[in-house]
Amino acid sequence: MLVSEINTLTEEISSLVEKYGAGRQSLLPILQEIQIRYGHISDVAQQEIARLLDIHPVEVYGVTTFYSFLNTTKRAKYNIRLCKTISCDLTNKDGIARALERELGIKFGEISSDEKYSLAYVSCLGMCDQGPAMLINNQVYSKLTPRKVVEILDQIKGR
Amino acid sequence: MSDNAYKDRIPVSQQALVIENNEPEKIGGTINIEINGTPYKVPFGMTILESCKMHNIHIPTLCFHEDLCIAGVCRICLVEVEGMRTLQASCAYPITQSIKIHTSSEKVRKARRHILDLMISDHYGECYSCNRNNNCELQKLAKEYGVDFYRYGHVQEPFYEVDKSSYSVVRDMNKCILCRRCVRTCIDLQEVGALDAVNRGYDTKITTFLDKPLAEVICINCGQCINRCPTGALRANDPSDEIWEAIDNPQKHVVIQTAPSPRAAIGEEFGLPAGTSLTNELNTALKMIGFDKVFDTNFTADLTIMEEGTELLLRLKSALVDKDPNVKLPQFTSCSPGWVKYIEHFYPEYLDHLSTAKSPQQMFGAVIKTFYAQEENIDPANIVSVALMPCSAKKFECNRPEMDSSGFKDVDYGLTTRELAQMIKEAGIYLPELSKSKFDEPFGEASGAGLIFGATGGVMEAALRTAYELVTGRPVPFENLEVLPCRGMEGVRQASVHLENVKPEWSFLEGVDLNFMIAHGTANAEKVMEALRRGELNDIHFIEVMACPGGCIGGGGQPIPTSLEIRKKRAEAIYKEDEGLPIRKSHENPHVQYIYEKFLTDGPCGHLSHKLLHTGYVKRGSYIA
Repeated sequence: MLVSEINTLTEEISSLVEKYGAGRQSLLPILQEIQIRYGHISDVAQQEIARLLDIHPVEVYGVTTFYSFLNTTKRAKYNIRLCKTISCDLTNKDGIARALERELGIKFGEISSDEKYSLAYVSCLGMCDQGPAMLINNQVYSKLTPRKVVEILDQIKGR
Repeated sequence: MSDNAYKDRIPVSQQALVIENNEPEKIGGTINIEINGTPYKVPFGMTILESCKMHNIHIPTLCFHEDLCIAGVCRICLVEVEGMRTLQASCAYPITQSIKIHTSSEKVRKARRHILDLMISDHYGECYSCNRNNNCELQKLAKEYGVDFYRYGHVQEPFYEVDKSSYSVVRDMNKCILCRRCVRTCIDLQEVGALDAVNRGYDTKITTFLDKPLAEVICINCGQCINRCPTGALRANDPSDEIWEAIDNPQKHVVIQTAPSPRAAIGEEFGLPAGTSLTNELNTALKMIGFDKVFDTNFTADLTIMEEGTELLLRLKSALVDKDPNVKLPQFTSCSPGWVKYIEHFYPEYLDHLSTAKSPQQMFGAVIKTFYAQEENIDPANIVSVALMPCSAKKFECNRPEMDSSGFKDVDYGLTTRELAQMIKEAGIYLPELSKSKFDEPFGEASGAGLIFGATGGVMEAALRTAYELVTGRPVPFENLEVLPCRGMEGVRQASVHLENVKPEWSFLEGVDLNFMIAHGTANAEKVMEALRRGELNDIHFIEVMACPGGCIGGGGQPIPTSLEIRKKRAEAIYKEDEGLPIRKSHENPHVQYIYEKFLTDGPCGHLSHKLLHTGYVKRGSYIA
């Protein structure tokens, strides 16, 4: 990272620490804001947060890796998360998974080479009555069919 | 609908436990409980585990360690509390009501067995190739609970690569059972924070920041995590194969220096109670193993006192007489390599406060390959210098690139107490029954001041015995030379000695109160450093810090297990041995006088001692690249 980038990051984290307080209880909200702004929480950001909250970097790393929606590495532009829990599974999750893999040309857990799409399973999205469900960034798509998946992806690709 | 009607609709199993409170709810009172049908009285707020221990009822534990905070993660200490739906972790259940507890009902036994089976299903490792064989808490529990097959399977292939990057600590996460004792040790006890649990659920593992090799993150190599690991997941980097090879090579002259702490603890590896001193038996054993010479590190501990003490007096002189604003006081001791690395990482701006004197181990290394080689007419290239230490950080220290002032690697191998005990067993020797023998010349004798380096406060006490006498010409004003304010197990201690009627050459110290502080465990060191940063310690002159709780006797290379009780006993053993020694002050050691006469002719902190016995430090900082 460039020094100027690190400085902006530090400033940003400092203002977040000011906003939420300098205790360890502020860790999660700070992580969430950094995640929203940068799409991931870099190792520099993790160490800066640790320093400003007076905790150890490895504790920040432990929390970041605990939550699926906090990332330590750069993510794709569109993060596609398919619900893998039982009610979605019963409503043809596997068919949706195959359609996604075929359309995007990547497997689950992978990122496309142009860093545009990533594919991952998640635990319950809370859409059990409308399964199968998936999440693209913050948008929920429910009652999916393979055909619907193709349409959604076409829409995104057209953007 | 009334409250009660609603309550009736909750299934019985989900209803909250209500026990009629017939006891006064206050801390300090007692409470009547029933364990396995027998009534007992226990203090209000005491945990079930402690209460059972108090009444000699055994409850197995794994993640529980008396030095650490409660975690309640392993669930092996489950007990049944009558009226509660689920089993309760006894280590994390404070008793506040009169409850009835069952510690070995069918439900409890079965649950514990299943928990063990689950742990073992994830635990790769064959016991006979594990360095904790026979001293493993998981193995012991498996035996206790009669594990005779792998109910949930067993890992056949290692899942993680063994991290051997560090000179000191080897991490084999395949054997980890996620009890988080190392995490609590590293974060709470030592305030270093090298390890934590990352990921979630089945993927959870204990690792470093960004999963980096241990050598690349901030680790002070203190090895306290090793001492508290219940399995073989953490161990010290064992050089005994290389040492055997050197011993078996007739061309090599293998010398060993033994630190004061291992001799007070090695008996534990042979089944003796803690606090049994085996100094002279150990000398015999080392000779039997095949070491050519056995030296006493206490000799260079005496030398350290001369160098470090002189450095302190010089600093005081420039502060009080020359009024030099750049002189750094308080001066910190530099004997503990864990502490040195701690300050290099976390407080690099205070490195100038650290005494430049090397640790006794490195001083001896430099002296052996120069003075000793010269006296005995041995080519230093053929000398293999081994250091028996209670410490895993000493392994890192002897591998520091700057530690080659003799022209060679000053100390070739750092060996821990545990590893030496293993070598002794391998040689077919039963240590406690050996005859006694003395240390070898030319460093045959050492003072009791050097000996007490092993316990927290020891360096300070030794320094005071010498410095006070040097300045005033009288022995330090404590009965039997026991500087009691230095002793004890309190985390941070502070005291002062008043200097009066000093010798004319030290007249600037007339009437001065020499203020000193002692801290052990780097969490306590952090408190001291923060106080220093706030400017609260400006009147302190000398601070002793040891990285490990209890000092070297609680070091990361000492026999496992460890507890406050054990550390106290080891310290007692050291102090007792000091009491019986003819020489108890560093400057009275004839060998120290001899080496200043013959070799280091320009005296303490002179030119040659600066070259051989002093060192510099690296500003490491706490950023992990």
